[in-house]
Amino acid sequence: MLKELILIFLIVVAGTGGELCVTRAMKKIGEVKDFRPAALLTTIIRVLGVGWMWLGVGLMAVAFFSLLGMLSLENVSFVVPVTALNYVAGALGGKFFLGERVMGRRWAGVFLVCIGVTCVFFSRR
Amino acid sequence: MNSSKLTLQDNEGLTPVPDRSLVPPHHHLHFKTYLFILLVVIFSPLGNVLLSTGMKQAGPLTIHSLSDVYYALAQVFTTPVIWLGIASLIAYFISYMLVLSWADYSYVQPATAMGYVIVALLGHFALHEAVTPLRWIGIAIIFLGVVTVGNTPPRTTGHH
Repeated sequence: MLKELILIFLIVVAGTGGELCVTRAMKKIGEVKDFRPAALLTTIIRVLGVGWMWLGVGLMAVAFFSLLGMLSLENVSFVVPVTALNYVAGALGGKFFLGERVMGRRWAGVFLVCIGVTCVFFSRR
Repeated sequence: MNSSKLTLQDNEGLTPVPDRSLVPPHHHLHFKTYLFILLVVIFSPLGNVLLSTGMKQAGPLTIHSLSDVYYALAQVFTTPVIWLGIASLIAYFISYMLVLSWADYSYVQPATAMGYVIVALLGHFALHEAVTPLRWIGIAIIFLGVVTVGNTPPRTTGHH
């Protein structure tokens, strides 16, 4: 059980942290408007020059291997819903790390998702 | 119509004049956002289900020392289904990165929760996992949360 809790913690914290860093990097690049292959390649090269992207990808790799470990222990219909704990971390991170205005309606949605995750967690055995 | 456009320009910096004849600026952004969220919602559960299949095939991993880590990695990455899962997750990741370049993280991330419903359906019907009623209820509540979030504006921070 301890092993599972540690893995869940790593999936949520490293995963959300990684996504926040990646978002920050992508916002530095600006809105992607040109989807032709050559333009996308240019965008990818520009993205690789942003430090936040590397930190983000590193954190997401940690989350990925934790997810693999978790999937070898538990069913996917348990593991994936439980990782929805990301929503709490995501809304908080969006607000405090990226300066997004998270409105009442979004908080309500995030809250519902949390209740759902709790149900899934207690459905384990 | 032209005169109303002029009015908008003349009025720049002051109170914006609402004009129904102009295409709402958020309409295009909404469509693009929904399209990429759809891609995210398809590739993410598919990738996770494939990874789950692969990890079950690879068998239990026991890690006690550094050489065990090497052995475990070899065991995982020589399982072909794992690579299919990784390919699917890369497709998900690229779609996700692109959508995050214009839409708020705290908007996109909850919207992708649709994927949790698909994961449970795939887990139940494709992998024959036992999904208890409580788990379905939980997933339904997660889905409700997604619907609640769906109509909030995709971007709240400045444009540039």
